[in-house]
Order: sequence, then structure tokens, then C-alpha cells
Amino acid sequence: MGVCDMGNREEMITKIEAMAGRMRRNVLDMALAAGASSSHFGGGLSIVEITATLFGEVMNYDPGNPEWSERDRFILSKGHGCVGYYTALVEAGFVTKEDLLTFEKTGSDLIGHPVMNRAKAIEFSNGSLGMGLSLGIGVALAAKRRQSEHKVYVVMGDGECNEGSVWEAAMAAPNFKLDNLVAILDRNKFQQTGSNAEIMSVGDLADKWRSFGWEVVEVDGHNVGELYDAFVNEGVTQQPLAIVAHTIKGKGFSFSENNNDWHHHVLSKTQYDAALEELNNSLAG
Amino acid sequence: MKINAASMKMWSRIGSRATFGLAALEIAKTHDNLMVMTADTSTSAGLDRYRKTFPEKFLDVGIAEQNMMGIAAGFASEGLDVFTTTFSPFQTMRCCEQIKVNLGYMGHKVCMVGLASGIVLGTLGYSHCSIEDVSVMRSIPGITVISPADSGETVKATLAALEHSESVYIRLTGGMSNPIVHKDDYDFQIGKAIELREGHDVTLIAAGTMVYESLEAAKLLEEENISASVVNMHTIKPIDVEAIERACRNTKCIVTVEEHNIVGGLGSAVAEYKATIPGAPPQMILGLPDKFGKSGEYRDLLEQYQLTAPQIAKRVLSRLKELT
Repeated sequence: MGVCDMGNREEMITKIEAMAGRMRRNVLDMALAAGASSSHFGGGLSIVEITATLFGEVMNYDPGNPEWSERDRFILSKGHGCVGYYTALVEAGFVTKEDLLTFEKTGSDLIGHPVMNRAKAIEFSNGSLGMGLSLGIGVALAAKRRQSEHKVYVVMGDGECNEGSVWEAAMAAPNFKLDNLVAILDRNKFQQTGSNAEIMSVGDLADKWRSFGWEVVEVDGHNVGELYDAFVNEGVTQQPLAIVAHTIKGKGFSFSENNNDWHHHVLSKTQYDAALEELNNSLAG
Repeated sequence: MKINAASMKMWSRIGSRATFGLAALEIAKTHDNLMVMTADTSTSAGLDRYRKTFPEKFLDVGIAEQNMMGIAAGFASEGLDVFTTTFSPFQTMRCCEQIKVNLGYMGHKVCMVGLASGIVLGTLGYSHCSIEDVSVMRSIPGITVISPADSGETVKATLAALEHSESVYIRLTGGMSNPIVHKDDYDFQIGKAIELREGHDVTLIAAGTMVYESLEAAKLLEEENISASVVNMHTIKPIDVEAIERACRNTKCIVTVEEHNIVGGLGSAVAEYKATIPGAPPQMILGLPDKFGKSGEYRDLLEQYQLTAPQIAKRVLSRLKELT
């Protein structure tokens, strides 16, 4: 949506931060509504500022015409992070709050991993890790072929980078000179059963992606200004862009931050109340 | 593209793989939306001329089949008509979950061409043979499975797959000098088997290379006063249930013949439906045994597994004697 001037930039950052606050509140409502079926709480909260910045400012789309051919495409390759996606779709006008409260219920459009639904701006079904970037390459190549200017944003996890298929795609995108493709690597440093360092370390992700031929930017993944600058960075090469976003798993609530018990966890009403109070205090502060 | 006796003969000489390349070349001339992909196997897929003639409709992803199927689905989601090509084991099993999720679950349509399936690459070992592909592909919802009987049918299947509503797996069997089953143009419809020969004693239901062998076997059976019907079941999924019902009505034994593991392939597909027909005749499932044996020359392996026409005839004859 274009580069902000300095005055507007402060306003934009305030706007996106407020949006992220509302999204976290909706994440709490979803997690509570999910009840015993539980939700991927931690990995959804780590991407909230990423999806807020994309859907709140960076991406072009039309809620009145979800299949507009020139829309920017968003792919949540780490599909389990969907609470951080569906809540952005509410803000973008594709999904209602009522839809959110059907999360993981029988027959719902909003299941624990995204299920393709173009009317609701869910481009693909995700959940099996390591597949989203390849889909993004296909979409980005198709855009080049028809000389469309839209971009493709793929959000991936650091744990997801254990998958070999990620590296097949990582190798291909620079070879195809896909400067319309952006991979956002949610570096929250945890995966399902432990820290990334102890389960299967991906090491220096920025180095790895750079060595594969990507233009790489590292940011604080909860700093809207840094994220925004990375997204609007036009770059000087024809290479695809990888943004290594350093994040905190479970970001926003003291009980869940960097606590991997909250990878997939039931949220009790007591925890919900405490979390809501903490969120309200932080927004008021 | 011209389909007649002369083209059928030429395609038979060059084999199914090269024939696919020629078909793609023809389709690309009139089809703006075409995208043909490969994983460093363009020569094997007969695409040398194609890639030079239509570079904008061609993509080589390198030796990375999982990535190929993801990119293919991305293309399909943007409205392109996509073919993917590589050797059968890598086209089906290396990227099986990408096929399940991207093509089956999401329904993005991609036509997959599995080269040199069966045991034609026997001298390269079972890593390059493909005796499980039909079974694997058949169990994924939303995937049509076709096994052409000869090179001409490869052309027919390629054209039909392009127009088909869901993803298709085209299983190419046999090598060069592929025997001709259909000598001239004919009507090919996905899901509709073709009775090549009528008979009232036994029905041989075959796919791929085994259609020709079954036709030859039927001639040998005739010498023994056995009247054998031969059905080209080119589409293994969805299976032509009417053809199975006809076979059950008209003959007293069903024999399925395939260059595939006897587990999960054509024989299983026929048996699954036949089991629902009260009083249906017994079935012989002829194919490759459920084991990885010693590798070797194609014809030697077919002999070893008793899948040549005289062996098929002999096995059928012996079974029919048991039944009477």
C-alpha cells in the first residue's frame, strides 16, 4: 500500500499495534471457545505482528472481491499458527467474529489448520509442514508469466525448516529470480516438543537463506516498524526476500511467553480472565 | 493432432515416453495455459524438442519432486493446465504427501505422467521400478489413474487428462517398440473400458503392457477351444463397474493381468467391486508378486513372473480346468 511518510508512519505503527492487541483478544476468545479440543496458542501468538502488518498495511486485497486477480497472496505454511491468521482475517473483513467462535467446531470453516476457502481469503489448505513455499513459488511464477505485479507472502516456522522440502523450495526461488516472493521465517526458537536448539537446530537461518541466494533481512518480529520497513524494502536485486523475524513463542501473555507447554494447550476460564486483564493493562499502558 | 494408423505405428516404434513428448508439443501449439514440468528428466519424458520450442511453457525444477508438485499446485491454483513428468517412483511416492494435500485434499488439478512404470527398468534395480504406484495413487481421493495400453493410447490419455475435471496419474509402461493394441483411431473415454475381443468362457481384464499380452494369450486359448474376452481397463480409477458386471454376466472366470504388485492394483480394484456382486465368478489376479526379487532384463523378468502371453494362457487354462 505504499511507503508512509514519517508522520503517517507513527500513526500507521499505532494503528497496527492496536490491531495486534485486538487480534490477541480474539485469540483468547478462540482458544476459550475451542475448549478441550485445544489450540496451537504459542505459535499463533508469535506471528501476530507479522500478520497484522501484512493485512493491516502492506498487502493489497479487496474484501468485497476476495478472488481479485491482482490481490497479494498470503500462505501460512506453518498452518498450525492459524489463530494468528484467522484473527487478521477478521480485521481485514473476510471473516466475522462469529466465524471465529466456531473455531475447531464440527463443520466450521475455521479448523485447526487452514482449509482452502477463497471467499475467506484462505488461499490454500496448510498444516503439513514444508509445503507452503513451493505453492508460493508456483503462484509467484504464474504472476510473472501473466505480468501481474502482485506479491506472494509465505509465513514459515523455524521448526518447519527441519523439513527437507523447505530447502528444495529455498534453492529454487532464487534460481527463478522471484523478486515477487517474500518468505517470513518466524524464528520463535521452539518446536513441538522442545527448543529448536535441542530438537534439531536450524542454526543461523539468515546465513542459510543468504547462502541459498535470498536477500535476507533480520527484524524483531514484534516490532511493527521494523517489519514494515522490511516488507516495503524494494531491494536492489531480482532475488526473493527472506525476513527472519525473531519472535517470542506465546507472545503477549506472561504465562505463555517462551513456555513451550503452550505449543498446543487448553485455555481455562481462569487463565483466560488473567490473560485478558494482562492484555487490557498492556494496551492501557 | 492426427491420430491414424500411420501415427499409431510411428508412436509404437518410439514408445510411450517419447510419444508423450510429441503429444505435449502438439498441445502447446494451441494451448496458451499449458505448463509442462519436469524434475531433471526432460529427455526421458521425450521433451527435448518441447523445451526448446516452448521455453515459456516449460519448467525444470531440478531433482526435487516434492517442490515440483508444490509448484505445480501453485500454477494450477492460478488457472494453468499443468503436466508433471518424471520416472514413476519419483512422480508418485517421493512426493506422495504433496499429491495428497495439494491435488487430492485441495483439489488443484495436475496431470502427472509416471515414466517407465512397472519393471521395464529392471536392469536399474527396484529403486527405478514401480510396482506400487497404482496402489498408492488409487487410495488418494480425487486422483484418476490411467494406464494406457500402447503409445497411441498414451496420446489419447494425455488429451483426455487435459480436459478432465480432476487430477490424473498417467502410468506409462513398456519400452520402445511398444506393441500396438489399437491399430487405428478409436473412442477413448476416461472410466470407460474397451472390450477388444469377445468371448464366453473367460474374461481377461488388463491394463498397460498386459493388454497386448492378454490379447495374444486369448489367441492361444482359442487354439485350446477356450473363448476369451479381453478388456482394456485403461482407467483403473474410477474403475468401469459396468464392464466388470458384463464380464461377470458373460463368463465364468475373471482374470486380471497387470504389470504391478498383485496387492492394490488393477486386480484389487476389480475384486473390490466384484465382491459386491452376488454369485460373481472367481477371479485370478495375475501380476507381480508382493516382493522385491532379483533385478534383470525386462523380458526376462516378465518370463520369471509368468506374464508373457503363453504363460498367461497356460495359467488361465490350468485354472479353468480346476473350475470345471
